[in-house]
Amino acid sequence: MSATAIKLKIAQSSDILTAANLRLLLDKIIKMLALPGFGILVFLLLWQLVANNIVTSLGQFPGPTQVWEQSKTLVAEHQRERDKEASFYERQEKRNAKKLAKKPDAVIKIRAYTGKATFVDQIGTSLLTVAFGFFVATLVAVPLGIICGLSESVYRCVNPIIQTFKPVSPLAWLPLVTMVVSALYVTDDPLFEKAFLTSAFTVALCCLWPTVVNTIVGVASIDRDLINVSRVLQLSATVHIRKIVIPSAIPMIFTGLRLSLATGWMVLIAAEMLAQNPGLGKFIWDEFQNGSSNSLGRIMVAVLVIGVIGFILDSLMLAVQKRVSWDKQAILR
Amino acid sequence: MKNNYLEISQVGIEFPTDSEPFRALQNVNLTIGKGQFISLIGHSGCGKSTVLNIVAGLYEATEGGVILEGREVNEPGPDRAVVFQNHALLPWLTVYQNVELAVKCVFKKTKSKAEMRDWIEHNLSLVHMDHALNKLPGELSGGMKQRVGIARCLAMQPKVLLMDEPFGALDALTRAHLQDSLMDIQQQLGNTVIMITHDVDEAVLLSDRIVMMTNGPAASIGEVLSINLPRPRDRVVLADDPDFNNYRQQVLRFLYEKQKNPAAKAA
Ligand SMILES: Nc1ncnc2c1ncn2[C@@H]1O[C@H](COP(=O)(O)OP(=O)(O)OP(=O)(O)O)[C@@H](O)[C@H]1O
Ligand SMILES: [Mg+2]
Repeated sequence: MSATAIKLKIAQSSDILTAANLRLLLDKIIKMLALPGFGILVFLLLWQLVANNIVTSLGQFPGPTQVWEQSKTLVAEHQRERDKEASFYERQEKRNAKKLAKKPDAVIKIRAYTGKATFVDQIGTSLLTVAFGFFVATLVAVPLGIICGLSESVYRCVNPIIQTFKPVSPLAWLPLVTMVVSALYVTDDPLFEKAFLTSAFTVALCCLWPTVVNTIVGVASIDRDLINVSRVLQLSATVHIRKIVIPSAIPMIFTGLRLSLATGWMVLIAAEMLAQNPGLGKFIWDEFQNGSSNSLGRIMVAVLVIGVIGFILDSLMLAVQKRVSWDKQAILR
Repeated sequence: MKNNYLEISQVGIEFPTDSEPFRALQNVNLTIGKGQFISLIGHSGCGKSTVLNIVAGLYEATEGGVILEGREVNEPGPDRAVVFQNHALLPWLTVYQNVELAVKCVFKKTKSKAEMRDWIEHNLSLVHMDHALNKLPGELSGGMKQRVGIARCLAMQPKVLLMDEPFGALDALTRAHLQDSLMDIQQQLGNTVIMITHDVDEAVLLSDRIVMMTNGPAASIGEVLSINLPRPRDRVVLADDPDFNNYRQQVLRFLYEKQKNPAAKAA
């Protein structure tokens, strides 16, 4: 075989390789982008079709285009509010500077800006609330689940209580939590607002249970052989929990945490609506009470944002789970 | 050599069940000398694992007891290391870390960090697993996992090494390799070993004595056969050895004539 023939052969084989690669890439693009894109497109069309046929007392039910318009308005409103805030502080600073120039020992006051909370502000509040509530719940639920999973007697004591409180709706808790927070959280210089705490604790009370139950199951079903290894090595309780119990139960703990976070996010919106606590729930309620022709569109924006945030939160949890999970082969979804 | 290094005396055990308690073992007596290799053989369900678990301290005998080097056994401990049938490695720790966990428990006070590292690597090289220190058990074959399980136990320098069908789940070729390694290691280190097996050839090849158990319930020790074959033993040479085949036959006769398979009887 001559040198050119060999070269030709190599060229050909590498061509085949790239062709195969291209196929793989195309496959991936179809799977990751084209199919979901197609689904969304069909959904938007159906939505528009249905929306055109529904007329409410507040006007036409919003279709995708109206919702898109409203979302732009909401962002613009937020921008305007921020500009106002900035100029307010600027004016205040100038005023104070003047005062000081006249009289160096003058007492100057710095007032905080109290504008209307915009849609974007409400998103921030809701996220903060759910994060705090979920954090508190996790802090209680995981250790409680581990203890109940390890000891049959503790489990028998606690189980009826868990089973009773698990199905309770968040809205039933809300009045109680509100009153308790008002009664117990009395400080002159509050670190958190009461409304924030009320929402957060309601969230915590509801997203406790999936984590507790799943952690118990995870801990109680540790491989007997591994427990025997621990007994033979005479591991201390803390080492036993750290090296054997927690790694074994991690998949179940995360299943619980993801359920909890999803529950918490749903509960939060309802709680904010009912209690008029700041957040996305309040935004929806206010728009509903407003009853302008744009209200339904604005509410629909909130609905979509709530959904997307829920989706993102779950994806974040999934990413964390993949990081901490020792079984890299496990298929997580 | 002391002949009563490990004493199992008058051991019996009852398991609670829904109706009446189930008596698994009765009057089990066995004395084992230091450095001896003992095989336990018997039909499935007769109580071999139960005996081993009692010696390990994982089960508590209803009657009688176990004395190891003059002290009564009443809880599990690292001086009686157990090789489990299904390797029982922690799947989230690497090969090295699995052995390290055991070594840290036993030598926390007596070995420095560097000494521990050497010791872990030394034990893994005994079972020829020093090439896979940083692999997770999920990335190993069944035989490799079992070897790491054995290394973990060897590294604890136990007074007695307890093995519950250590090679049961392996193919014949891998099993033969591991049997040879185990013989080498035991020859070198002089471990006292109790091994459960279903394989008659394995029992004759490895053991100083074969303990044959009767069928349950209320199982006990039927016969004890001393294997007086010179060491080191070579499986190929022994295949034609009349003594070897004679021992084999005695065990087979016990299992299939004197103690008919309970499953066959029921059928
Ligand atoms: N924890 C337990 N509770 C109740 N019964 C048990 C328990 N452990 C073992 N048994 C019973 O004791 C008997 C002996 O069991 P064991 O596991 O010791 O058998 P084995 O000889 O190891 O069998 P195999 O060769 O199949 O492993 C069996 O009849 C079994 O059902
Ligand atoms: Mg067994």
